[in-house]
Amino acid sequence: MAAYIRRRLIQAVFVLIIVSMMVFIVIRLMPGDPILIYLAQQEMQNLTKEQIEQARHEFGLDKPLMLQYIDWISSLFHGEFGTSLFYREEVSKLIIQRLPITLHLGLLAFVISTILGITAGMLAALTRGRWLDTLMTLLANLGITVPIFWLGILMIFLFGLRLGLLPIFGYTSPFDGFWLSMKQLIMPVCCLAIFPLASSARQTRSSMLEVMRQDYIRTAWSKGLKERVIVMRHILKNGLIPVITLKGMSLSQILGGSVLIETVFNIPGMGRLSVEALLSKDYAIIQAVVFLTAIMVVLVNLVVDISYGWLDPRIRYS
Amino acid sequence: MSQKPTMPTDFTEIPPQISEFRRIIRVLFGRRLVVFGMIVILAAIIAAIFASVLAPYHPYKQDLDKALLQPGQEHILGTDALGRDTLSRIIYGTRTSLMVGIVSIFIAALIGMTMGLIAGYFGGITNTIIMRFIDSLMSFPMMLLALTIAALLGGGLKNIMIAIGISMTSVYARLMFGQVLTVKESDYVLAARTIGGNNFRIMIRHVVPNCFPPLIVLITMNMGMAILAEAGLSFLGIGIEPPGAAWGAMVNEGYRYLLKIPVLSFAPGFAIMLVVFAFNMVGDGLRDALDPRLRGTL
Repeated sequence: MAAYIRRRLIQAVFVLIIVSMMVFIVIRLMPGDPILIYLAQQEMQNLTKEQIEQARHEFGLDKPLMLQYIDWISSLFHGEFGTSLFYREEVSKLIIQRLPITLHLGLLAFVISTILGITAGMLAALTRGRWLDTLMTLLANLGITVPIFWLGILMIFLFGLRLGLLPIFGYTSPFDGFWLSMKQLIMPVCCLAIFPLASSARQTRSSMLEVMRQDYIRTAWSKGLKERVIVMRHILKNGLIPVITLKGMSLSQILGGSVLIETVFNIPGMGRLSVEALLSKDYAIIQAVVFLTAIMVVLVNLVVDISYGWLDPRIRYS
Repeated sequence: MSQKPTMPTDFTEIPPQISEFRRIIRVLFGRRLVVFGMIVILAAIIAAIFASVLAPYHPYKQDLDKALLQPGQEHILGTDALGRDTLSRIIYGTRTSLMVGIVSIFIAALIGMTMGLIAGYFGGITNTIIMRFIDSLMSFPMMLLALTIAALLGGGLKNIMIAIGISMTSVYARLMFGQVLTVKESDYVLAARTIGGNNFRIMIRHVVPNCFPPLIVLITMNMGMAILAEAGLSFLGIGIEPPGAAWGAMVNEGYRYLLKIPVLSFAPGFAIMLVVFAFNMVGDGLRDALDPRLRGTL
């Protein structure tokens, strides 16, 4: 197990290095000279050529790309992400304001989709071919299909505008107003949860059905074990292993979905921030948001992989 | 000594004596949802090709006197803020969705499969670098990656297709990589090598065809995902340039008049859902028909 964890850790570090290089290179490829953008931002356009070169030198932008990359990485370790052109604020400050909002929504969606998804998939597999299974399967198939921004708009129309039950936009911290916060969260969290919920239901159902056909399940039945024991200890435990890999990916889906959902519900989180940054070509923010998101996904996948190896010893040796 | 034929233990696994092709057709057409999906896809293709014949109005024709009309006799799904016929724009939007789906998947499969082939074929350090690169690509949420690439390249339909294509390459690379590793060890590749086939020829002749069944399934299923991604990007205002018709952008335009004419954003969203559902159902059907072992992995 220790060797497996070590191997996965090295792999994750390697992936993170490549991720950081990709982000660095992509941002450098973006149209627009960063030094001119910065000077424009400082309202110092009327500089001579020498002065611009001087500024370029001060910021280390005349160094070779490799050295610039090392500079960038070391500034990241100091929590310096640069200054936003659009918001005229430190990027790290903006992120500290907005990341908790996205994580609040995302984690709720993650937990809800995991619990409900696995339960629904399990029920469907156990009632295979009956109406409950047909219903669950159909709902799951619709859930992986529906455009979430459109679902958000439908919900706003029905629950917000027609029935007047829920507020249609905004975000309130639960510490400022618990009930308002809860009410505002219901619709966006449902929209974020729907895809991972449906896909884990589908995956749970099909992998449980796969396990049910195995010889060791037949053995378990024939040696007279109780149904509950067979379902919980044998079918579910083995059937859930592929679902765990899927859960690792669902965080990435939720973070990607928050780009859309935060726009629909006007929630000031990271997703909204990245859309605004991309539309206003605010590279400092894009760089920080994309990199941080990738780090989160890599770390979650690392945890998933390690728990996967712990649950299924066969993985460790492959 | 006469040898008894080995008896199959599980009779349900062995289909009766029918050809492979007929078995696939039977599995596919035996399911109502798959048939429904195929009909929808066929209808979408027809709508895309014959949009100019089928659409009752020109999709860009503005008529400000008839802006924001409720659905009625003249305009079945009403008109938008510029007086353009919603139904006609939905029909034309089929072109955008299908084109983005097809082209971006083609890009994804081409780049991904080449990378997977190279990684599996050369092994060693090349393998490590390429596959870790693919892992890195996978650690960006697809929506965010496509958004960033689109911003880098600048909007427009062509760049959207490239952006979605790149953000979907990793699945194809992994599929190809896995196939190469499996096939590389097989006896028939050894046989091909002993009769003097070179590596490149072996890869093209033996590895690539082996990928076809999962590839067809993957492409069908990813069509839905690519169409959803395009809808999301055009909803955010990145993608097709006005006055071009895209379903996601139409949902966004209609959102502003949600109370007045809800159908303006409901109808294009429903179109997205219908087509994506169709591709997902046919993808599921193809998976079960072509290779049931893939169930749960794709």
